[in-house]
Amino acid sequence: MYSVKEPDGGTPLRVSDQLVTITIDGAPVTVPAGTSVMRAAAEAGVHVPKLCATDTLEAFGSCRLCLVEIEGRRGYPASCTTPAEPGMKVRTQSDKLARLRRGSMELYVSDHPLDCLTCPANGNCELQEMAGAVGLREVRYGTQGKNHLDLAKDESNPYFIFDPAKCIACSRCVRACEEVQGTFALTLDGRGFDTQIAPGAGNFLESECVSCGACVQACPTATLMEKSIVDKGQPDHTVVTTCAYCGVGCSFRAEIKGAEVVRMVPNKDGHANHGHSCVKGRFAWGYASHPDRIKTPMIRTSIDDPWREVSWDEAIQYAASEIRRIQGAHGRGAVGAITSSRCSNEETYLVQKLVRAGFGNNNVDTCARVCHSPTGYGLKTTLGESAGTQDFDSVDHADVVVVIGANPTDAHPVFASRMKRRLREGARLIVFDPRAIDLARTPHVEATHLLQLRPGTNVALINAFTHTIVAEGLHKEDYVHARCEHAAYDKWKAFICDPRNSPEAMEEATGVPAAKVRAAARIYAGARNAAIYYGLGVTEHSQGTTMVIAIANLAMVTGNLGRPGVGVNPLRGQNNVQGSCDMGSFPHELPGYRHVSDPAVRALFSTHWGVPIEPEPGLRIPNMFDAAIDGSFRALYVQGEDIAQSDPNTEHVTRALRSMECIIVQDLFINETAKFAHVFFPGSSFLEKDGTFTNAERRISRVRKVMPPLAGLGDWEVTVALSNALGYPMHYDHPSQIMDEIAKLTPTFTGVTYDKIDRLGSIQWPCNDKAPEGTPVMHVDEFVRGKGRFVLTEYVPTDERTSWKYPLLLTTGRILSQYNVGAQTRRTRNVIWHSEDHIDLHPHDAEQRGIVDGDWVAVRSRAGETVLRACLTDRMQPGVVYTTFHHPESGANVVTTENSDWATNCPEYKVTAVQLVKVAAPSEWQRQFGDFSARQQELLPRT
Amino acid sequence: MDAHKLVKMANEIASFFEAEPDRAVMLEGVAGHLKRFWDPRMRRELLRWQDEHHGEGLKDTVRDAIAAHRDKLLGGL
Repeated sequence: MYSVKEPDGGTPLRVSDQLVTITIDGAPVTVPAGTSVMRAAAEAGVHVPKLCATDTLEAFGSCRLCLVEIEGRRGYPASCTTPAEPGMKVRTQSDKLARLRRGSMELYVSDHPLDCLTCPANGNCELQEMAGAVGLREVRYGTQGKNHLDLAKDESNPYFIFDPAKCIACSRCVRACEEVQGTFALTLDGRGFDTQIAPGAGNFLESECVSCGACVQACPTATLMEKSIVDKGQPDHTVVTTCAYCGVGCSFRAEIKGAEVVRMVPNKDGHANHGHSCVKGRFAWGYASHPDRIKTPMIRTSIDDPWREVSWDEAIQYAASEIRRIQGAHGRGAVGAITSSRCSNEETYLVQKLVRAGFGNNNVDTCARVCHSPTGYGLKTTLGESAGTQDFDSVDHADVVVVIGANPTDAHPVFASRMKRRLREGARLIVFDPRAIDLARTPHVEATHLLQLRPGTNVALINAFTHTIVAEGLHKEDYVHARCEHAAYDKWKAFICDPRNSPEAMEEATGVPAAKVRAAARIYAGARNAAIYYGLGVTEHSQGTTMVIAIANLAMVTGNLGRPGVGVNPLRGQNNVQGSCDMGSFPHELPGYRHVSDPAVRALFSTHWGVPIEPEPGLRIPNMFDAAIDGSFRALYVQGEDIAQSDPNTEHVTRALRSMECIIVQDLFINETAKFAHVFFPGSSFLEKDGTFTNAERRISRVRKVMPPLAGLGDWEVTVALSNALGYPMHYDHPSQIMDEIAKLTPTFTGVTYDKIDRLGSIQWPCNDKAPEGTPVMHVDEFVRGKGRFVLTEYVPTDERTSWKYPLLLTTGRILSQYNVGAQTRRTRNVIWHSEDHIDLHPHDAEQRGIVDGDWVAVRSRAGETVLRACLTDRMQPGVVYTTFHHPESGANVVTTENSDWATNCPEYKVTAVQLVKVAAPSEWQRQFGDFSARQQELLPRT
Repeated sequence: MDAHKLVKMANEIASFFEAEPDRAVMLEGVAGHLKRFWDPRMRRELLRWQDEHHGEGLKDTVRDAIAAHRDKLLGGL
């Protein structure tokens, strides 16, 4: 069911330059050509009864409730399937129409339980509403005839029930699964009276269903119903806010009863998601009220001491005194902070301001260090701005989609559904990935080319791809000459055309047949609009930045920038990766990606903040760890990150954490990093504060407080208090004032205000005098840096090589139901789908090692060893294995190394040489981890 | 700071810029990157390694970049 009282035009909005005027019950209405009579009526304020129609789905015309009379036409056409035509005169009400509609309703109700008063949809049921609308007063067929009322409920899904007794076979759920989600998990099974909705052969949990909730949302009755509504009843009000999971940044209506969320419903007006959702945003919000939440500040002098619950004031004063003590003893640069991509723009802005103005150094970094920092560097260097070039809607205009090192159906599922729809419409797909990701072959979508390269050879492959285009003269020389630096281009053209970059020369490195590379490249070059979407499979390599640059080179040389349907689109992992980078979280940049060495920029901030700004870059996260071990870095404030689980070479990270004298963790839970902390500030979830998130398309959306902070303070308030205690006063009464300051100091944000976001729904930066309502597509007439700059991208193999001792390559990633380190999703019923991480390997590699599915297997690398359960799958190519890092005890990052991107130190998570050996016991690290975690649990206050 | 790690990082930076055919531009690229992205204590340690260990393990490109742009790299130390 849609959100309470959400308008529904019945059929989808049409966009057309041609307008059509018709009359509805005597009143004229003008609509775009292609609009249905039903929607035209809705535009005129006339709501034709309907059951099978809804504006998120194409018209189906089965329920026969929306019949109308059209002057000059015979019969009673369905208004949902009848397009408006010029001059059409439509009557929506007549005695005959009323009789026909009541007749249909009688048939529906004769096979529907009459339990409205105890039904969970009571008060928000379209069947109930339509019974009222058509004036149903009797059911001539009675209720004792043949019916479906005894069919059993399917309660297998953790979040919703399927009660076939209440089904009216309108097919909205089936169509939502097909049209909106693109999974095709549901079908109408049987014919005539025997027709039933069926999730494949088994129940919902065993089916292909991905629990996106589209079917539940589309259901007009209580047939598919959220268990939270069954348990708690209908909400009494809604608040529009933004999801705190991935970088798609879906808009949701939080439906609330008192101060308790009872349901999250995707917002049809949401510009990023257009009313769609995934299992995480739609259902996995229960962590916010999980009993593991820490609600009281705590301090301790040693990590071997018990935690002591204290007041906010005592915790903040203690933290401030420790920072000042350490700076006094070891220098101003001995302390730093890490901002979070899970926190709001305002919160990350404040933390970096605290570091630069309060700590007096530039030792601030963010978790984008370990995901998309190469994107910032690469796109800034070539195009002039550290951000993706398009909006999500742009994919609707793409004729060729290239997905490189991304797994959108798992990591960005709502955008993946959008992309799949475009692919079903006929756009062609090229995938660069060591694994056969789901998108490469999914219902009604199949990649034209899956270039299944060896891990670590991205640059070799894209050089070969681009070589083909330029050497064969398929590039857009005119575009390049008009838009790009000539000297740099000439130098680059000579480089890329060199035979060493040909597909044939690179085949040995990449493992991808040259003919296949050439064929794929020709498709990309020949497209009217070709768009590239990429993820961490690009950035998390020793040549991550080189690969981002190479992607930008490819887009420039083919003229695929500056209009809808094209572009370079980084799919950001977390909800506010883009925003945390925008806000100056990197140690070398102030907000708006301006280098700290720029005197004019420093002067601007110094003047506003009232303190001098250090002109030298500070430490990046991996450098902080090294500096901690060498003793020059001794205190760290970590807001909303779990570096002990997410960063590579866990034993190195924990050694660094143990080396520090004061670690301050601000989080919802005692995460892995907090086990090494001395101060714990209880964090606030996205439901408990105001602010903004910026998604992967540069879209700034509001986060609105739905309930009070469980610990009494929002995260931004804690940073303000810490700054005040350090002697650098901050004066904000509300996050909107922080955004006002950001706008004042950041040229790409000068037009951003909370009022404007409220008015427009969301804003894509740059938003300033040149673009007062934002910028969906960047680099339209010229690049942000002026002329685009081609940069040479020599393929340099990673130092991480296979050997007889470590003959396999491990690559790591994530899955649909879990999110990042899993701190949130592990505390939801999503664990039913992924209760542990496992190691995926090809059956050939398994057979060679005597491993069968489900065996415990030691994963050994040069960095460490962990033990995971084996999962055999031909999705992997022989020689490549894969795991996820959602569960801390799995120790995926015990195995990954400190190899990193040459430019940004982004870790090379995607390439680790390993060996797999069948074992019978956990690793030594896992045993020690278990002991340490148990001990830390004992040190928590008993409740 | 772990000098060996810094040597490895500096060499990787050099590997990127070595694609540049103009050696002066290449060396400026290496030095400029170190200046713009490395905390002063990292640069200090790299220069110490160059001076005290004759740049052992460093690629020629890094050694030459340090030699050509020492003043720039010293700035802020």
